This record gives sequence, structure tokens and C-alpha cells, in this order.
Amino acid sequence: MGNAVKLKVNGEIHDVDAEPDTPLLWALRDLVGLTGTKFGCGVALCGACTVHVDGLPRRSCVTPISAVGEAEVLTIEGVGKTPVGKAVQDAWLKVEVVQCGYCQAGQIMQATALLTADPAPDDAAIDRAMTGNICRCGTYPRIRAAIHAAAKQRVA
Amino acid sequence: MKAPTNAAMTTDRRRFLAVCLAGTGGLTLGFPLLAPRTAMAAEATFRPNAFLAIGGDGTITATVPYAEMGQGAMTSIAMLAAEELAVAPAAIKTVLAPGDNKLYAHPVLGEQITGGSASLAGSWMPIRKAAAAARIMLVEAAARRWGVGAATCTVADGRVHHAASKRSLAYSELAQAAASVPVPADPPVKTGGFKVIGTAAPRVDSAAKVDGSAVFGLDVRRPGMVYAAVQASPVIGGKLGAVDDKPALAVAGVTQVVRLANAVAVVGRHTGAARKGLAMLEPHWDGGLTDLSTEALVKQADAALDRKGVTAATKGDVAKAFAGAASTFEADYRMPMLAHAAMEPLNCTVEVRDGACEIWVGSQVPGRARIDVAKALGLDEDRVKVNSYLIGGGFGRRLQSEWIVQAALIARQVKAPVKVVWSREEDTRQDAYRYHNHSRVRVALDAKGNPLAFDHRIVAPAIMLWFLPSLLWKDGVDVDATNAATGPYAFPNLMVDYVRNDPPDGLLVGNWRGVGETRNGFVVETVMDQLAAKAGVDPVEYRRRLLPPKSRIAVLLDRLAQETGWGKPLPAGTTRGVAIQSGFGSHMGLVAQVRMDGGKLKVERMTAVIDCGIAVNPNVVRQQIEGGLLFGLTAALYSNITIADGRVVESNFHDQPVVRMVNTPKIDVIIIENGNDPGGVGEPGTAIVAPAIANAVFAATGKPLHQLPLPASMVERV
Ligand code: FES
Ligand code: FES
Repeated sequence: MGNAVKLKVNGEIHDVDAEPDTPLLWALRDLVGLTGTKFGCGVALCGACTVHVDGLPRRSCVTPISAVGEAEVLTIEGVGKTPVGKAVQDAWLKVEVVQCGYCQAGQIMQATALLTADPAPDDAAIDRAMTGNICRCGTYPRIRAAIHAAAKQRVA
Repeated sequence: MKAPTNAAMTTDRRRFLAVCLAGTGGLTLGFPLLAPRTAMAAEATFRPNAFLAIGGDGTITATVPYAEMGQGAMTSIAMLAAEELAVAPAAIKTVLAPGDNKLYAHPVLGEQITGGSASLAGSWMPIRKAAAAARIMLVEAAARRWGVGAATCTVADGRVHHAASKRSLAYSELAQAAASVPVPADPPVKTGGFKVIGTAAPRVDSAAKVDGSAVFGLDVRRPGMVYAAVQASPVIGGKLGAVDDKPALAVAGVTQVVRLANAVAVVGRHTGAARKGLAMLEPHWDGGLTDLSTEALVKQADAALDRKGVTAATKGDVAKAFAGAASTFEADYRMPMLAHAAMEPLNCTVEVRDGACEIWVGSQVPGRARIDVAKALGLDEDRVKVNSYLIGGGFGRRLQSEWIVQAALIARQVKAPVKVVWSREEDTRQDAYRYHNHSRVRVALDAKGNPLAFDHRIVAPAIMLWFLPSLLWKDGVDVDATNAATGPYAFPNLMVDYVRNDPPDGLLVGNWRGVGETRNGFVVETVMDQLAAKAGVDPVEYRRRLLPPKSRIAVLLDRLAQETGWGKPLPAGTTRGVAIQSGFGSHMGLVAQVRMDGGKLKVERMTAVIDCGIAVNPNVVRQQIEGGLLFGLTAALYSNITIADGRVVESNFHDQPVVRMVNTPKIDVIIIENGNDPGGVGEPGTAIVAPAIANAVFAATGKPLHQLPLPASMVERV
């Protein structure tokens, strides 16, 4: 107790009472109350917990809050306010990517980071960026299609 | 499985409806999804298990009796209701039903179970009838108000219209009055001219799942809630021995250590603290099956192959056919233990207080969970409430409720609502596994290589004996394990023999996506290719000769061959394999195209044809087939849960790999349109992958594959 740490999440400052080694994932979910970011493996093998820290995709399950410091954290709840994130979410709906939906927050955060860095990725670039994100419902073909669709919409 | 059509409405049911209507401001309708074989007739009052409610504010609410785990149950039910009510599916609010085995029993399964790809079949008639009755009553209410004949009114866009007088009223304005209209005895449903059914209407659950607002079990929040991490005995069947709880309690944020008979849990202010605390513990585990190993279990199943079992199906005279055979074929098959590995690890939030228990969970059997928890806590069933949440992948794991009971037993010792979250390692090591399945197939052949007799011995555990005995355990035979044991083929003589082979006590096994088809499809369809090769006949042609002419599966096979250009040359270095199956009320075929490069397998393309009768939402059908194929692909390539020294070896995605974006083949799904009642689509895709790929490998190497997963030497991990 008494370890109040300030976290900047989706543009808002939150006081989080947790040890510095607490994974960002649990700080976000249990203490900030943003449950859109999901837990899948806890050891950076599945991508379900992906958020952006200062614009870069990070596995929040292995990112201690001490490593975040004053950096800006962006989660699925906030990504729609960025133009790329909005385009990705729209494409996800248009292509009807979602099945159980559990992995999709991580997929969308990862795809948004990809498209921010590379506005028109080819299949190989998509494979490189997205292969760390598991989907057990098998939505990969649609994720690929949706990333292409979002890229096209951004370019058009 | 198909739902029987609804019988005409009885007095009892009308009485129930009347009660229901009196109790609400608007119109609430329920139609039993129950088939006559259940206890329904014995009940004094008919209790419907699907509700449609139209509120005075115009909200149309459909209660979904099934779990939503990605298969589109909410969307399909909204669409069925929307069709009869002439509104857009998006206008219907869907809510997940709480756990109640009486109220929300599946018509065929007899309990509130989401499994066997049977959800849509179970709601196909009842939901539409409920909506049709509501529409008729709304129209009647409007006609009375206007003093016109009901037949002169129409419905569109959530309103009743009277074209002649250019008047219209919204359903919301009619809901109250409609409640006093007599309930139609057997409301006719639309038989064609569908406006919603058959369209790729957007999924009703997508928006919340892309903006992070969807609430899965893991996302439940309760006032004052604490969080628990749990570890059960890693030794199968072991008990918790001594454990020093001080190291955990020394972790900031940890509040409590809870001991159960076979597990220890650490409770904290957040999951991070609870997990850290749990990692600090060094619990001792007593007893259990410390000698157990996969080798021993495989040996045991092999030995069972030599035993005579119980006859599950028989036709003609197999012995005579073998005596007169020109040649014979024989092969043994081995399939491994499998985990479910859904993306959402098991989790459950429970509050036990004042002699009552409330649960927040995503379950495929919420009604059973309620009963099991009541028993474990010594409470009456009506003191236990199960609230249903979205599931991040079920695949059969959540057809068990022992993990919900575990959470309740933890919660009983905690003075606050507690969310118990399993680690991925726990989820992998404490699964209800698909158990070892072995098969022996013997085929008697005539001089041309055509089968005279097909003899299939199945070694499998008696899952249905405890899971669904009334329906799927018959005279000593597990009906699921022996399902589709001879494929869709018309063999002149056949024999299916079931040898029960249960796991040792303490090793939990259960249902796994694709169930019996997944084991038998692999066996039968790879045998077919070996027989075709022996006969020197093309595998599609060989199958075609054995299918009832013009049957749905025969039509499908032709379509599959045509769509894939079967028989035409392939790109250099590639081969393809075919598989077909009938099951879950649907028919399916797959052609897999693979490349064998330096002994390494690459699956390049999968082309599927599905005949699921009416595709209520073709998009959801495609999703389920795509997803089912990739689920099956993971199993075919990698999945193998092993046991050493009584412990499950695998733990997380590094040693239990799954298909990822980079090794996802190109997938095409073709839907055969026809007017048959909707069949299941969640499982067929999974079942058909392994045989199609194994046949493609066989075509490349000439060496048949009799074991899953495919040889590790062939498979590259990513
Ligand atoms: S939960 Fe963080 S990568 Fe899997
Ligand atoms: S949509 Fe279910 S895990 Fe990806």
C-alpha cells in the first residue's frame, strides 16, 4: 500500500496503488478499471494484452508499471480516438472479423501500431507484425483482409 | 441434431403465457424449446425457456438460452426473431440467459447446454414461433384499435400498418394492448420469402468486441471485489499438503491464502499481487498418480485394441465377407490427448454471503454449474444464481463445471466477491482433456478393391456415460465416440465395436470441438484414400461409388471436385487430399493442398464446401468453418498433451503451439444453398482438416499416416 503511481492512460492521469513491479495489464484491468485489454498467457506469447506505450505496441502482461513512467498508455478503449485506430476498428466491422472477440483488442492494437508505422503493409509485413497475436477462433484470414482494407481506406 | 418442430400449443402453455403477460408492462412470450421426450409433460406448468419481450419503450429483447462463445448465437437468435417481427436484427436486444436447467433447456439435449453445434437447430422453430405469435398479437391489437380486420394489416419496420387508411402504430404503442390478446395456438412461421434469414446481417456482438466494451467473464467487476490466483495439484489426483503461507502474505497487496483439498489460492487487491503471491508459495502435494505417463496410457489403449468391445452398429455378415474377400486391409490409429487452449483462461467470479451464492461466469452449462455449486456448498439450488457472460472461446472446455465449483469453494472462505483467474499454465495443466482415442480398422475387399465389409473397433473413454447418458449412452456404447464410425458410406457389411477405455481416476477428460467426428473422420477418411490407392482408383471417384446417389453428401462431393478442379494438374511440388463427412445435421467436404519441401509440410490452401441446409447467416457460417478449419489445423500439426511422472508436461503456448497468422493457409468456403433445416457449423470444420491434410501428404509421399499429430519431423514450429 501507499505506492501510488501515476499512470497516463488514454489521455487521463490515474493514481494506481500498486507495487512498481506490477504488470501494466493488471494495473489497467483491476485498478484503473479498463477491462478491454485481455489476459491470455502472461508471458508475452499471445498478444492478447497488447497496448501502446508512447505509440509502440507493448505486451502489458510483461511490462511493469515502473517501466511505463510518464509514458502515454493507449488501450483499446482509447484507440478509436486516433485516426488509424478508428480506421482499423471500422475495417474490423466491415470485414466481420470478430468471433469470440477475446483476442481482438490485442489484434486491433497490434494492427493499429503496424499501420501507423507502415501505412500500406504487404502480406509479409502483416505476417511479421501480427504473428505474435494468437486467435484461437481462427480469424487470421479476416484480420489480414481487414488490415488491407484499413490501409486502403487510409490511403484513399 | 435437429429440433423437433413445435407441437401445437397446449392449455398449460397458454396459461403460463397469460401469467407471464400479466406480470409485465409489455408483451412477453415464451415457447418451450423442449422436445416431448423430456420431463415437460410431467410439469404442472409449462416453463418456456426462450423469451421475447417487447417493452412499452419499444425495446425488443430476446433472451439467448445459449452461451455466446463466438459461434454467433446472439446474432442468429436476433435474426430469427427479426424475421418474424419484420425488424432489423440490430433492433433486437439480446441478453444471455442465466443458469437454469428447466427454463432454458435445449430441446434435444434436454438441459441448458451449448454444445454439439446444436444451438441453432434448437432455436430454429421455437424462437420463430415465439416471434410469430408476438407479431400476430400486435397485429390483432392494432386491428382492434382501428376496428379493422387483422388480415388487412401488415407489419414493417417495427410498426403495424393499415394501408387502406394510411394508419400505422409502433410496436411500443401496441405492446400493452397486445398482452391481452389471446395467444395464437400454433402460430405459423414464414416458410420462405425470408428477408433476414439467409442474409449476411452484421453480427450483433461485433461493435462491443472491437471497442473493448464487451464484457467477458474475465471483465466482471463487483463492488469490493478481490482477486485470486490458484494452483491445483500439478500431480494428477494429488492433494494439497503442507504450505507455508508467509511468503505470499509478505507480498504487498496479498490479503489471504486459501487452502482447498487439492489446491491453494492466493487472494489479493489485484490479480498481479495474487499471482506474485502464488508464485512465492512452495506447496507440497501429497499422493496422486505419480507414476502416470503418456507411454503407459498409450500402451493401455493399444492393449484395448485387442479386446472385443460392445457392438455399436452392425449390418450384414462381416465374418462371411472377410472369408470370401479377395484381399484385406488393416490399420491401427492413435490420437493423442488434447487441450482446449481457448484464449480466455478459465475464470469465475463468486460471492458467497448470507447462505446464498452468486456467480458471474461464462459457461456452456450454466444450469449444471448452478446445481453443482449448490451441492458443493450445501445450498438449495434456488440460493445459487449464475449470471452468464461472454466466453472467449469454449471449444468444449466449459461443458465442465468443476472449475466453477473450485471458485465457489474459494469464495466461501473469502469475505468479498472474488474473481478467480487461472493462469495459462493452470488452464493447460488442469484441462478436461480430449482423451486418447485409438482405432483399428479392417476392410474386406473384392477383386477390384471395392469394400465388402468395414470393421471399425473404437477405443475411447465413456464420456457420455456421465455427460449426457440419457441421450448419448446406449446399451454400453458411447454414441458420440462411435458417431460417424463408418463415414457416410454405404458399405454392404459393417461392424462398429466400442471398447471402453477410461482414464485413471483423477485425470479429467471431456468434450473437445468436433467431438466423435474428429476422431472417426480422421480414421475413416484416411482409410478411404489408402483403399483407393490399393484399388488404383482416384480418391474422389472411389468415394463417389460408395455414396448413395443424389444424396446431399454425393452432391457435395461433386461440387467440391468441381470447385477445386480435382484431377487437373497442380502447381509443381504440391499435392492435395480430400475428405468428406456428414454430421451435426450438416455435410461437408474439404480439399487441402500441401507442399512437401525437403520433408517439411506446408499447408497452402484449404477449400471447403458446406451444406448446412438453410444458412441463417452465411457470414457466420463462413466464420465458423474458417475458424473450425484453423482449430483443426492446430490439432493436426501440433497438439499433443503429454504426461510424465504424473504431471502434464505442457504449460503455455511455447510448448503447446498453435497456428498463427504466418502459417495460415488460404481458405475458401463455399456454401451449398438449399432449403433444409439448419445444421450445425461449429464443429464440422474442425473434424475434417486432419484427414484432408494426411491424404495430401499420402499423395506426396505414398506413406499413409495413422497417428496425430502429424510427425514432428514434418512440421515446422513458428
Ligand atoms: S497475455 Fe500478454 S502476451 Fe499473452
Ligand atoms: S476471436 Fe476468439 S480468440 Fe480471436
